[in-house]
Formats: sequence, structure tokens, C-alpha cells
Amino acid sequence: MKIGHRRRFRRLGLILAALTASTLILAGCGGSGGSGSANDSGGTKASPQALDAALKKGGTITYWTWTPSAEAQVKAFMVEYPNVKVNLVNAGTGNDHYTKLQNAIKAGSGAPDVAQIEYQALPQYALPGYLVDLRQYGLDSLESDYTPSTWRAVHVGDGLYGLPQDSGPMAMFYDKTVFDKYHIDVPKTWDEYTAAAKKLHAADPKEYITNDSGDPGFTTSMIWQAGGKPFTTDGKKVTINLQDEGSKKWTAVWNPLVQQGLVSQIPGWSDEWFKGLANGTIATMIYGAWMPGVFESSAPGGSGNWRVAPMPTYDGQPATAENGGSTESVIKQSKNPALAAAFVRWLNNGNGIKPFLEKGGFPATVKDLKDPSFVNKPDPYFGGQQVNQVLTAAADSVVPGWSYLPFELYANTIYGDTAGKAYQAKSDLNGGLQAWQDALVKYGNQQGFEVNK
Amino acid sequence: MTATMSPEQAQPVAVESTGRRSSALRPGKSRVLTGVMVLYVIYTLIPLVWLVISATKTQTDLLSTAGLAPGHSFALFSNIKETLTYRDGIFLRWFANTLLYVVVGAGGATLLSTAAGYGLAKYRFPGRRAVFAVVLGAIAIPPTALAVPTFLMFSNMGLTNTVWAIIVPSLVSPFGLYLMWVYAEEAVPQELLEAARIDGAGEFRIFWTVSLRLLAPGVVTVLLFALVSTWNNYFLPLIMLSKPNLYPLTVGLTQWSNQAHGAGAHPVYNLVVTGSLLTIVPLIVVFFLLQRFWQSGLSAGSVKQ
Repeated sequence: MKIGHRRRFRRLGLILAALTASTLILAGCGGSGGSGSANDSGGTKASPQALDAALKKGGTITYWTWTPSAEAQVKAFMVEYPNVKVNLVNAGTGNDHYTKLQNAIKAGSGAPDVAQIEYQALPQYALPGYLVDLRQYGLDSLESDYTPSTWRAVHVGDGLYGLPQDSGPMAMFYDKTVFDKYHIDVPKTWDEYTAAAKKLHAADPKEYITNDSGDPGFTTSMIWQAGGKPFTTDGKKVTINLQDEGSKKWTAVWNPLVQQGLVSQIPGWSDEWFKGLANGTIATMIYGAWMPGVFESSAPGGSGNWRVAPMPTYDGQPATAENGGSTESVIKQSKNPALAAAFVRWLNNGNGIKPFLEKGGFPATVKDLKDPSFVNKPDPYFGGQQVNQVLTAAADSVVPGWSYLPFELYANTIYGDTAGKAYQAKSDLNGGLQAWQDALVKYGNQQGFEVNK
Repeated sequence: MTATMSPEQAQPVAVESTGRRSSALRPGKSRVLTGVMVLYVIYTLIPLVWLVISATKTQTDLLSTAGLAPGHSFALFSNIKETLTYRDGIFLRWFANTLLYVVVGAGGATLLSTAAGYGLAKYRFPGRRAVFAVVLGAIAIPPTALAVPTFLMFSNMGLTNTVWAIIVPSLVSPFGLYLMWVYAEEAVPQELLEAARIDGAGEFRIFWTVSLRLLAPGVVTVLLFALVSTWNNYFLPLIMLSKPNLYPLTVGLTQWSNQAHGAGAHPVYNLVVTGSLLTIVPLIVVFFLLQRFWQSGLSAGSVKQ
């Protein structure tokens, strides 16, 4: 019996592989977008009281996340609601997590009730109808609690597919010791930034103003700040234009930096990069407001060296973009969506925020962003600077109107193979962006979208 | 693990080729070849040395001191302790999972390959040639290419996210089967089987008491191959499992390594490095214990006709 099974497995596997491996792989990996539609806004509309009732009734839900504060949050939640049991699962960070989530949703079972989803990935899960529209629980009434940019980020079309967990308005983190050593002023505009890059690299060829070896998250945020809107989605119609005014405005600044070798090619988040944080060979980092938590937990060697300044702009007027940030969403597979939604509400609109902030998270809620004890808190890692003053100000100056692609995760994975080549060759980034766009148009049309048609 | 295999493999080859050139029985000495060997040994050992040294460093030292230089403090024991207790000691759980997958998966694969290879070598039955073709074909297909179809099949059967998703595919080892087949052809004389049959032994008894002993070096070879490939199995569990409780060490450590990324990044490189060191220790031990069998298994069959 067992051996018979085994043989059948193997033979079947062999035949499948030999004859149709390629089609199966395509079928396995693709087919995520396009099919189905976000038609879950109908149905019975439950009130916020229904969520309270679900909490009272209790039950068990599973929550997938890689948020560092998740353990503390879940513990606090179960103390507050002893009837509810939350299974906390760290299924991976970023792409690992998404692959597993996608597999479980496709398989029809095994998906969590609540999952962390980054803003950039949300359309990819919301459009095929994998997520519960939280308007049916009346959570759309919470709009005024959040910053406009994060509130927009949790919407796809009209649907509300999560509550913002954090936000990542961008700022410039700079190594003050390096700037002081070479007598360089902290740049306020991109022109000054370029000048600083030249001066620094000329003074010591080992020093770089920053690193960029082709990071799609950084690129999209930079285009965002420059006012570009390269991706627009309307139902199945998708427009991709990476040659729009904003994109060109950014490449006009970034091209010289890359072409003259003024930015280091160290890949972000590599161990070399963490070394750079600690030893000052990378002088600035332009990232989201969640960055202080990363500094403190991962580069204790750089303590005292770093400061925060507003992100440089094109005209000296404050303007920034979001970079990173996540929401918690309720997966349609959930057997207890009301309880799951209640948990999400607690996490990102209730008592879950406090443990999140204690672990160095940066909030999306207006109340916490305005809280003087948060805003004015001196940060010893940054030499006592009140970093949140800079970061909360950034939250107010996010350029409006941005949206991500409905297949942004895929787009990110091919960025290195297309646009990334321009960084290595130190050639024109516009050509790289065009190559990225061509690949994306092709892929989107294969997935059943109407891209640039 | 190739690092520890390679010197073993390379040595007999080098000796053999010098011997042939001087066409004498005494092994010849060649400075060039010795030099190449030394370089090769250094090349294969440096990553291991790096791993051992790095496992003694704290997260801060890992990022601030040179790779092969010692850190400012000797943190091996605190690293080990932290690795074993991090996130409620999930490392130990992964270790136990890996052991389970290896014992059942690699053990089962060895047993099945041995029995099947022996059967194909020593019995004549219709369809033998077809099986031969299928096995040869199976060796040519990398397991990675089969991972996605296997996932889809298992997903339809509702077996993903169970230990069977890892164990069942690792039971299949076409290469092991082929090796045992070829080995059994040579190592078990037909005359011996006939003698045993005349003495009245049944086929199973012959297999267990007579043939298996003759096949021992081959079995160890297959076991070692299966052991290493199951121990290092990464892609299959990566796509099959989404419950961290079922992860083997490979996937678990990658998860730790990947958490140094993006918002909420929390790098634990010291634990990844220490965990990797702890992960390869059992394999090294097994190699030392079994290498004698393994070597004789490699060369057996090469001269006997």
C-alpha cells in the first residue's frame, strides 16, 4: 500500500515534471491578480457593537505578523479579553510571509484570521477579494483618527481593507560626526545634498553620502516625494508611466549621484550596511520614521552619532513621502471575521498602540502623533535630540495622491533585474525605469489587467 | 557540508593519479599537487573557521570587527544560550523537526533505495527496463524543479503544513536507488543467492541476513547522501510549511536572518551564525563516524569484475 502510493507519487511527479513542469510552475506562481473582484462591500452591515459582542463571546484567532511588538501586544490583549485566544505566528518577514499567505489563501485553508500586510502589498490582496472590507463593521467611522496618507493607504477602491498600524513618513538620518568632521552643512535641498555628496567623497573616498544599489521601495518613495504618480489603477485598468514628470525629476537628482559613483553600492539591510550604520561610512539614510527603532536594536555601535533632519526637497519647502508601513487585515478565510476585526481594532485603534510605541514603533494615529510626551521625548541614541518633532512634522507633509501597483510585490522582485542594472552600469536610470515599466506592462497584461491600453 | 566532504574526496584521486604517472606501486610525491591540495584544504576550511570565530562574537562585534579576527569579547556561550532560548526556544523545536525529517526521511529513503535497488539488480521481471529509464530520468531532474508540482499535488491532498509534506518527498531518492542497483549487481554474487536458496532460505531472509551485509558500504553511502540532502533540505519545506512549529533548521535560520529587513527590522546575526554552527555539528559528527564505510563504498566496484 505504502510502496504502491510512493511509486504512484513518483511516477506522477515525473510525468508531470517532464511534460508540463513549466506550465505548472506558471500556474502555481501566477494567477494571483485579476480574477475575482472586491465585491464584499455588500452584505449585512454590522455595527461596532457587533465587534464588542464578538470580544465578549470569545474564540480563537490566528495572527500572522513580524512586528517586533506583536508578542507584547498579544499578551496584553489576552489579559484584557481572557475569552479570546490569539495564536501568534511569525511566518517570515516580508516576502517569505507573503508567499506563505498567498499559498494558504490559494489552498483554501491554513490562512490566518488576521495578517500583517504592508501598504504597498495591500492592493495585491484586496483586489482579488482575499480580504474582508472592514466597512461592514463600521470601522470607516475611524477615519479622523488617522493621518490622511495612512488612511488612504488602507483603502483599495472604496473598500477599507485594514487599519493602519504604523506610518513611515520619510526623513533624513545623518551621521553628525561625519558631517562635523568634514565641515559639511546638513543639506535642505537635493542640490545641497548632491554638493555634500561630492565634498564628502572627495575628502575621503571611503565615505559615501548614502547607499543605493537599486531598492524599489526607495525608488517609489522618491518618485512619490517628487510628485510623480506613475501607477494608477481603476478596476482592471492599470496605467504605468515611469517617465512622468515626478519620475524624471527624481532621476535628474539621482542620476549624477549614481553615475559619478557618489552613492555606495552596498545593498540595504545587508550586514555590510549594518556595519555602515555603526562606523559612519554611509553618512545619511533616507528612510521612514520607523528607522530609529532599527538603529537602536541593530546598530548600538552608532549610538550618539546620528541625528534626524527633514528629508531634502526640490525647492526647500517641506515635502515627503511614505516609506514602508503596515496594516493589519482580516482574511476572508477567517471563520470568525467579527472577532478578527475586533482584534484589528484593538491593535491599531485601541490599547494595542501603547505596547507598539514602547517597542519603538511610529504611530499612524493623529492622537499619538500629537501627544506631547511622544513628540518631545528626547532620544538618547540620537544624542538626546527630540527626533519625533522632526518625524511627526514629516507626517504632516506627505505629498498626497500616491498609489501602488496591484502587483507591487512582483514589481519589487524584478526591479533588480531591470532597473537594477542601471545602478551597476552607472548608466541612465531613466533607461532602467523604462525596462522595469516594460516588464511590468507585460506581466500585468498576462495577469488579466489592462495595462496601458 | 561540501566543505568537509571535499578533502576526503580529493585525496584518493590525487594519490591515484600520481601513482599512475610514475607507473609504480609506491605513491609518488608531487610538490605541485601537494600545493594544490593545501590550497584546496584552506579554501574549504576557511568558511568553517569563519563560522567558528563568528559564533564567538556579539552582534555588535560581528559588525565592527574583521571576519577572521576575534571580537572584543568571547560570547560563544552566551550566544549558544541565547540561540537555544530565543523566542521560547524555537531553535530546539526546529532541531527536533530536522532530526525527525532526517531519521524518517533519510532512513526511509535508504531502506527503500536498498530494497528496490537490490530487487532490480537481482530479479528479472517484466518492466525492468522501463523502471530503469524512469530512474535515470528522475536523476536528471533537479528536485527543485519538482518542488512546485509537488506542492500543488500535496495542496490538493491537504497535506501541506504537515510533517508528511517533508517526509514523503524525501523518501524518494532515485540517485540512491540507482547507486544501490549498480552496487548490488557487483557486490552480491548470484552464486551466493543460489546457494542460499538451495539451503532453503526465503527471499526476505536472504535479503536481510545475506545480501544486506554485503551491501553495507553501499547502504552507508546512500544513507550519507540522503542524510546530507535531507538535513540541508530548504526549498521544499520553505514552500510546503507555513507553521514555524514545523520548520526544519534551514528554513528557521533563514527566517531569523531575514528579519533584518525593512520596518521593524531586528537583526540577530549572532544567533543566525551560532545557530548555523550548531546545525552543522551533527553532520560533521556523522561524517567522522561513517566516513570509513563511505570511502570503501566509493571505491568498491571500481576494480572488482
